[in-house]
Formats: sequence, C-alpha cells, structure tokens
Amino acid sequence: MINYDLVVIGGGPAGMAAALKAEECGVKKIVILERAESLGGILEQCIHTGFGLDYFGEELSGPEYADRFIQLVKKSTVDVKLNTMVLSIDDNKVVTAASSDEGLLKIQAKAIVLAMGCRERPRGALQMAGTRPSGIMTAGTAQRYVNIEGYMPGKKVVILGSGDIGLIMARRMTLEGAEVKVVCEIMPFSGGLTRNIVQCLNDYNIPLKLSTTVVATHGKERLEGVTIAKVDDKMQPIPGTEEYIDCDLLLLSVGLIPENELTKQANIPLDRVTKGAVVNEMRETEKDGIFACGNVLQVHDLVDFVTREAQLAGEGAAKYILGEGPKEKVYINTTPGHGVRYIVPQRINIKSGEDIKLYLRVGAIYKNARLVVEADGKIVSNKKHIKLAPGEMEDVLLPKDVIDGLNQDSKVSVYVEEA
Amino acid sequence: MTYDIAIIGAGVTGAMTARAVSKFNLKVALLEKANDVAMGSSKANSGIVHAGFDAEPGSLMAEMNVKGCSMMKETCEKLHVPYKNNGSLVIAFSDEEVDHLNELYERGVKNGVPDMRIISKKELKEMEPNISDAAMAALYAPTAGIVCPYELTIAAAECAVTNGVEFIRNCEVKGISTGKDELTLDTTQGEIKAKYIINAAGVYADEIAKMAGDDTIKIVARRGEYFLLDRSVGNTVNHTIFQCPTKMGKGILVAQTVDGNLLLGPTSEDVDDKSDLGTTWEGLNKVKSIATKSVPQVSARDAITSFTGLRAHSLAHEFIVEQSKKNPRLINAAGIESPGLSSAPAIAQRIAGIVEKLIPDVQVKSDYDDSRKEPVRFRHMTDEQRAELIKKNPAYGRIICRCETVTEGEILDAIHAPAGARDVDGVKRRTRAGMGRCQGGFCGTKVVSILAKELGVDIDEITKFGGNSKIVIGKTK
Repeated sequence: MINYDLVVIGGGPAGMAAALKAEECGVKKIVILERAESLGGILEQCIHTGFGLDYFGEELSGPEYADRFIQLVKKSTVDVKLNTMVLSIDDNKVVTAASSDEGLLKIQAKAIVLAMGCRERPRGALQMAGTRPSGIMTAGTAQRYVNIEGYMPGKKVVILGSGDIGLIMARRMTLEGAEVKVVCEIMPFSGGLTRNIVQCLNDYNIPLKLSTTVVATHGKERLEGVTIAKVDDKMQPIPGTEEYIDCDLLLLSVGLIPENELTKQANIPLDRVTKGAVVNEMRETEKDGIFACGNVLQVHDLVDFVTREAQLAGEGAAKYILGEGPKEKVYINTTPGHGVRYIVPQRINIKSGEDIKLYLRVGAIYKNARLVVEADGKIVSNKKHIKLAPGEMEDVLLPKDVIDGLNQDSKVSVYVEEA
Repeated sequence: MTYDIAIIGAGVTGAMTARAVSKFNLKVALLEKANDVAMGSSKANSGIVHAGFDAEPGSLMAEMNVKGCSMMKETCEKLHVPYKNNGSLVIAFSDEEVDHLNELYERGVKNGVPDMRIISKKELKEMEPNISDAAMAALYAPTAGIVCPYELTIAAAECAVTNGVEFIRNCEVKGISTGKDELTLDTTQGEIKAKYIINAAGVYADEIAKMAGDDTIKIVARRGEYFLLDRSVGNTVNHTIFQCPTKMGKGILVAQTVDGNLLLGPTSEDVDDKSDLGTTWEGLNKVKSIATKSVPQVSARDAITSFTGLRAHSLAHEFIVEQSKKNPRLINAAGIESPGLSSAPAIAQRIAGIVEKLIPDVQVKSDYDDSRKEPVRFRHMTDEQRAELIKKNPAYGRIICRCETVTEGEILDAIHAPAGARDVDGVKRRTRAGMGRCQGGFCGTKVVSILAKELGVDIDEITKFGGNSKIVIGKTK
C-alpha cells in the first residue's frame, strides 16, 4: 500500500489544475494517475486555437494550453503516474490501479479528485438504420486519426450533430482536402458555440441542416452513402423528406457523456441530467473527501471553465485534508426552474460564508429573456440576456449576504423569464 | 496437396465440426470466405441454448437440439467459453396462448426435454419481477441456457487448428468439380483438392451444394434485427423470455447475454439478398414495441448498438446433416437455422460419425485434445491474480479498452492465437475491446495501431472486418 494525501484521477486539464491548486493550498503528497502515456488529456488532439482566451487572456491551441499546466506540474511536488488506469475506489478511499510499469497499485488516499473527463456518444445510442460498414466513427476518433496519427478516415464527409467537436472537425477535414457535404442537426438549433458555427461552417460554406438527421447508412464494407431526413417536433423522421448523400465517412458528434464508471462503482450519487456526480459548492460529492471536476462532472464548452472548476475542487480537497473546511454544514438544494435543465452545484452549504457561483444550461433557445435567481421568493438577480442557448453554459452569482440569510428550509432556484 | 476433408464455412457448425473431425488422423482444411471465423449467422444471433420443445417431434432438429443442449455445458467448459444455464420462459398473454404453452409442453415431453413445467402468474412474477402484468402463465424450461455464439465458434476453431486443422481465410469457393478420387475447389485462394467436403456454408449452403451437383437444398435468408442494451440494465430479467412462437420463428425475446448485456430481438423477415445486414427503422421499432410487451421497462434509450443477423432458413425447416444423395463426396450440414447454435455440438458429433463410416481406416490421434487453452480475462480476475499477471508480463498492465477493462496483453493474445484476429472486429469479438458503451470510441485507434504493428503492415491496411472495410483511407497531406 502506498499513501498519498490526495489522489487525482485523470491528468487532463481538470486533474492538473486540481492537483496544482491543492499543492498551492498546502497539500504535501499529491499524485496524478493518468491512463495515457502523457498528461494533457483530450487537449493533445485539439490542435485548433481558441483555448485560453478567458483564463490566460490569449488564444492558444489545445496542446499549448495543456503544456502550460504540464510545465507547472513538472516544477511542482506533484507525482505523476502515467499508463496507469484506476480500476476501483473502495469505501476507505483505497484506489486500485493497473500500471504496466508498476504493476497493480493500491493507494490509500485522504482525499480523491475525480477528473476522468467525458466520452462521445456512439452510433448505437442513436436509432440509425442501415448497414454497419467502416467509415462511421465519432468526430473525436477522426480528430485523433487526423491530428495525432496522421491518417485520413475519408474524403467525402457527412457530419451528424453540430456539437463543437463536429463543427471543429468540419473545418479540419476541409483543410485536409476532404469535402464536407453537410452537417445535420436533429434539434432545431445547434448545440455548438456560435463562434464555431461562424468560423468552422460559414467561413467554408458548409451547409448546416437543422431538424435533420441521418436515418440510414449504406454500403456493405465501406460506407457509400447516407440517407438524411427532416424530423418533426418529436424528432421522428418525416416521410418524403429523405435525401441520399454520397459519402465515405460519417462523423458523429451527438453528445458527450461524463465518464462516470468509477464514480458509479464507488456508489457516489449522480445527477440524472448532467450524468455527473451531485456536488456542493466546493465540488465535493456526497461521499466525504471525494471531489469531482471538469467534464466528468458536467460537460463544459470551454477548457478555461474546466480549469476554474478544477481549482475549486483542488482547494476543497486541500481544505478537507488540512481540516480547514467549514466547521458547520447545512445543505440546501439548488433547484432548476422553468427553462433551466440543471444547476451545478446541486447543493450548497449555507454556512460556507462565501459567494457561490451557480453554473447552468438552458433547455432551448431564448431571446431577450431574463435569467432569474430567486431565494425564498425574493429575486436576487434577473439579468437580461440577448440570447440564451443550450450550447452555452451560463453562470449566476449567489452573493454571500444572500446565503447568510438562508436557513435549512430555504429554496434557491434559477429560471428563465421569457420576453 | 489433397486434403482428406475440406470444410466450407467457419461458422459455429463448421468450426465445431472442424474440432470434432480434428481428432482423426486426417488432413483437414477449414475454408472461410471472410477474414475471420463466425462472420455469418454465428456472430449475430440470440446466443440462446434452447431446451428443445419447439422442434417437431421425430425431426432431426428436435434430436440435435435436445442432445446439443445437454452437451453444451461440458463443451463450453472444455473450450473456456462463457455459458450460463439460466433457463427459459415462454410467456402466454391470452387463453389461446396458454393452450399453446400446453402444446409446447407436450412437444417438449415427446422430444425428451427434461424438467419442464407450466408455471402460474404468481410464480412467474416471483421468478421475473419485471415481467408484464398482462402475462398469464409461462412454460419454464430449466435446461435452457445462454452462450456467446462467436466465442464458441472462435474457441472451436482455435481447438481445431491446435489439433492440426488448417484454417484458410478469405477463401471463397467459386466452383467445385468432381473427379474420380477427389473434388477440386476453385477458390479465391487458388485451387484446393479434397476427398470429401463438408458443406457448412450457412445461408450459402444451397449454392455450395449446387456447385457439387446437389440441387435438393433451398436456403432463404431470414433477417432478424436486434438491440443490445447496456450492462447497467442487464439484470432486468433472470431467464430468457420468449413470447409464443409463430410460423416465422420463436419471436422477439428479452434475454441477458453471457457478458451481462440485455438483448432484444430478433424480427423475422425473409430477404432475397443473402448479404443484407442492414437494420431498418421499422424493424427496430418493432423490436422495441414487442419487447416491451414482455418486459415493459426495457428501453432502447439504453441501447449501445443494434445489428442484424441472417438465419439460414431451409424451406423444409429441417436440418440436413447427411451424406448427399447426389454426390457421395459431399456431406451437407445445411438448413442450420435456430436451434443451430444449441445443436452445434451434436451436429459436429454426427458429422464425425459420418466421416468415420466413409473413411473406414480412420483412426483417432493419440495426442488429440478437445479443449482450448484458457484465455486471459483481466476483467474477471482478482486483484491478486492481476498483480501476479502484470508482474509476469507488463502488457497486461496496460488497459486499452476502458469500458470493458481489456489489456494490451489480451489483444496481443487474440492476434497471435491459432486462427487469430486479423481485423478490428476480430479483436473485439475475442477480447471485448470496443464492445462496451463507448463502442470503440477511445480504444479503436489503439487497437488499429496494435494490429498494424503485430501484423507488420501499415495502419491504412487495417480493416474493420476484412475486404474493403478499411478504417482509414491514407495519410494526411
């Protein structure tokens, strides 16, 4: 058995920021367990720019953003174990991991930060008829082939799903000489960032078809084409709207799911909507001393926000280890009201004595609507937004003075007030 | 060179037959037109070991089914193939269907199916709490089981090859000419001569028979569509749940797989194209609606994949496992539709018996071994076993597939096994890498790299399942 104060699971942007913050807060023995052969996580294959505008105030590529943190980890006292995959976490915070270099590891932790990131939804999760040839893959897999391995997975491309990775890959495949025929989105709006729609589709004249999905794939060995169709408001294909598109590659960008197998195994309660753990304002799960941050907690739009969230978790873990946490704990839940799909944190300690930021996503597109924060029937804030969209995470502030006035029966909710 | 026996088709029937005849001192070739074993009906079916009450009493189908079912446990133990004796339930939703259960029961008794009984709604609810409230009674057959059909095929082929059978892949038989002492097969791997051929060509068995001068067989491809659900809902049922059978087959079932997933399907539709493996919107909707009639809470929202399999339906609806009356050098194993998987051990044994009669001086080899070396299954090991294993070979400490916890060592084993994996799907079927909820999203690129390295080819040569199913089309600019 090895002993560490803090075990951070995952060496992507979330894991690194959490570990560094914990060190800064005074934690002595920290280890990051990373399953890949290097730190950096998914950023390593995101060679496009647009990272760091918020956190560093400059535009970086994915690997550059990651490298800033990798260099800090190298200079720090944080240990890193690469090629190390965590298999389980037990009730006493013993982490079991497999490593080709060190064999089977058993690590006793005082606190744990979960930072395993997320994965892409595969084809099977969609009802898509047709054959199962090669040439159908997630956008992230294609990104890895093109950007890391240096191979082209196809030349004539259809993209299903207008999430950010799909949009980024539309541009990337075009730059590599492929023809991106269309991006289909089953929803009446894109789930991606507006800046990506402009920079990745509009700038290259790639059509985006909303309320449209791929209903069938064709070709026995290699993909030869897809049939797309318009869908109705129940997302069922409308007969007669089918259109055949000749292509040899179908990329799927149909959503990301937090990678919470370990979390479930450790019996940590999850939020049905975010599919991440239920956490408090320090990103501590309902298991004492186990924290979660980054895309394993909620899928983020920007890595900059991942970093900030991870720092919060790192600070929370440090306080837990050093016994500096709040002396008193009285939790109330935050309630998503009309138009709001979820709020992170799902519960807050009203004795925390600090401002708390609530992060949320809306469920549809709203124009000129207000995002209202209500505590015990009183409106705390009601900021007007020109546009609210599911693809852009919003945050609202719950100030310390409001929190101090709450009691254990208090209700805090956030809702959309439509124009 | 002339083989004593060439087996055409490396599905479960061909592979199990290869294993059975590999005990003889004969030169045997196992020919497969695809890039791997188990590429037809054997890779996409329900994986059920049927008890044997469905088939017509007195038929070969009934005999093979009941016998095969009784042999399955021991066969799977020897081959280290996961098998579970979970029992099956046929559910009745109306008085007529209750009558039908009684008929099935009577038929089962005639077929020699042991320990069946008709159970009440109350007992059914105790055995299966999630079953529909509309269920009135059920036929319980405790001898039924589940097995992984492609793993059984892979293991049988490995066993056969270890015992000296030559496995020849990408070998499609295009024509057969009958000479005085032997048959000459015109194949995509050149000319192959054999004294006898065993026709285990699945949906193409009629075409192979015809090439050898036997036009008495007619096979129709009967398509079945399935949903495979995530392991998190695998425990929704304990037994294999059938509805009352119709003339198109045993209907849409709800069953756990040996790997703990939940399987819904199949539909049943005769198709002209014997390579039509596409799913359809209508078919999948049908699976959903019928499966929820048995078990209301099953939901396609938990689907991790959907697929289509083809049954080799003989118009006579009977197994044809005999020496051809038209060509004495042809032994047919045709019309092997459900319960073909359940019957495979018995069919293989029957063919070995035919071979023994046809070749009188045949002898059983002294070093014949009907087992297969147990493959490493990291995910099923204790921490102590894992620690020991990684110490011996660090490749077992490198997890490639996160969803199913598959190590690099297991993938290397799969590639280097007898009749080993040559493509991504081959690795997937042998190790479960890419079989989990992300369906290869994370590990796919790594599996491709490992295959390329081990096979000594470039990444752009690696396929999903042979042929033109290449994963990438070339290098970037």
